Amino acid sequence: MTSSAFPARTSGRRFHFLFNRAWQALWVLPLPAWLLLFFAVPLGLLVAISFWSVVNYRLTPDATLSAWRYVLGLDFLWASFWRSYGLSMASAVAISLLAFPASYAMAFVAAPRQRLILLGLAIAPFFTSYLVRIYSWQVFLTEGGVISSVIQAFGGKGESLLNTYFALFLGHATLALPVVLIMQTIALANVDRTGISAAANLGARPGAILFRIILPAARPGLTLGLLFAFLLSYAEFVSASYLGGGTFQTLPILVTDLVRAGQQWPRAAVVSLLMIASLLITAFVTVLWAYREKG
Amino acid sequence: MPPHLKHALPKAFWVAGLALVFLLLYAPILSAVLFSFSADRFPSLSMSGFSTKWYAQVLTDRAMLEALSNSLTVAGITALIATALGFAAAYADYRFRFFGQKAVLALALLPPTVPLVILGLAMLAFFSRIGIAGTLAAVVAAHVVIAAPFAMAVCRLRLAQLDETLETAAQNLGALPHSALARIVLPHTLPAILAAFLITFAVSFDEYVISWFTGGLNQTIPVAVLTTLQGQVDPTIHVIGTLSFSVTLTLVLIALAVVLRQSGGAMSKEETS
Repeated sequence: MTSSAFPARTSGRRFHFLFNRAWQALWVLPLPAWLLLFFAVPLGLLVAISFWSVVNYRLTPDATLSAWRYVLGLDFLWASFWRSYGLSMASAVAISLLAFPASYAMAFVAAPRQRLILLGLAIAPFFTSYLVRIYSWQVFLTEGGVISSVIQAFGGKGESLLNTYFALFLGHATLALPVVLIMQTIALANVDRTGISAAANLGARPGAILFRIILPAARPGLTLGLLFAFLLSYAEFVSASYLGGGTFQTLPILVTDLVRAGQQWPRAAVVSLLMIASLLITAFVTVLWAYREKG
Repeated sequence: MPPHLKHALPKAFWVAGLALVFLLLYAPILSAVLFSFSADRFPSLSMSGFSTKWYAQVLTDRAMLEALSNSLTVAGITALIATALGFAAAYADYRFRFFGQKAVLALALLPPTVPLVILGLAMLAFFSRIGIAGTLAAVVAAHVVIAAPFAMAVCRLRLAQLDETLETAAQNLGALPHSALARIVLPHTLPAILAAFLITFAVSFDEYVISWFTGGLNQTIPVAVLTTLQGQVDPTIHVIGTLSFSVTLTLVLIALAVVLRQSGGAMSKEETS
């Protein structure tokens, strides 16, 4: 407002500038504001709580490392950590291998129009009643259920498959398959077709085309699929407690038990932060590998 | 596919793999539908007869009806807020260049990667401090966090297909920012907004971990299922499952039909050539 020569024009310009700024803020700010308040602040609070203490069963603000010392010194925590990590990694690899032929079929065998329909049908279950689908597997897995009847028909023993790693894996696959299928199919469908044609014209054998051209080109998408399968399996706790029957004490179960049974908030916070740290490291390493330059 | 691509393994192998995966995805759903009509208490292959008694039991169960009404309320409000926030963020990212744009995008895509158990725990701690733990409002606030990224992704995908110069051209011709938005951007994005609403509704309707942690005594349908899971074998789960499958599958398939139709051309290099 220092220029008095053209007061009307300056204030008009200034109004215009402010209006544009406010208009932009109206669209930019809402989501980050919501996420800061209801996502970043709660996670920050969790970090703070890991340094608090529990006095007379009441959570009290404090600055102590006792929860960290206690949890990191527990042998069964580390056993549970490696079990969780190993089981989820094994599931992620198995789910990726299981999904690959299907993704290949959608990308290279199906016509484009069919592919869209198949992709739609593959992702739809991701959003539907996960708990009920887990409950349903029980019918297939128990003694005298569908799977054991089939095994018996082929001369096997036909015992109940509940509480086995196979049951836990089925639970993980139920959760993660749709996501892995989408990522793999998009990665494969986007492999440059001219490279494939060129290799074929130069007489490359089908196996060489798959391993030397298609797989390396689709590597980022395939690796991200593996990563998401791991993330989802690692965080899952219903299959582990229900299909796995508590045989597999995983970290998410430990976290819920600590809070539900003992009000041990600081310890639960420490276990949660360990989980997040291991997830971040895994994600970081995987993404680096997925996008690394070809040597 | 290029007609001369020879598969490393016979075509039948890949198609069999596809069939196996779809069997794994849909067998539990079909089995739940089948056993919801079974007359027996224990689901087994030798069904003794057809019955709708479990449906009658669910539909007259007051706790279950209350859970249904909670679920619908939470999912409806969540979908409204998440879609509005998701569209705003997608439009901001499409239209403006601003400080911290990448950081905002990263923040918005983070929630789906954090385990729900941990989010539930952190949110319960936070909501207890501000005194809204155990209310449906708390559940909505939390569900918006996990649902909004989906809404943003769906809307951003659609905006990417809108010619960026159209809106500026309209403004150069004297249209105010809001009328350019209302006349050009909104009509173009409307199918995606609808899809985002349906998907966020489904996400909230099916979420159980956070609802279980923060909802207190206000049970939603999935929380009711979770509590039942921990108890005895209960055939009503199949009924609830069948009803939820029909609701969410319908919503999601409509949403996907909209999204896939609009982005079909952009998905693969093959179709454009």
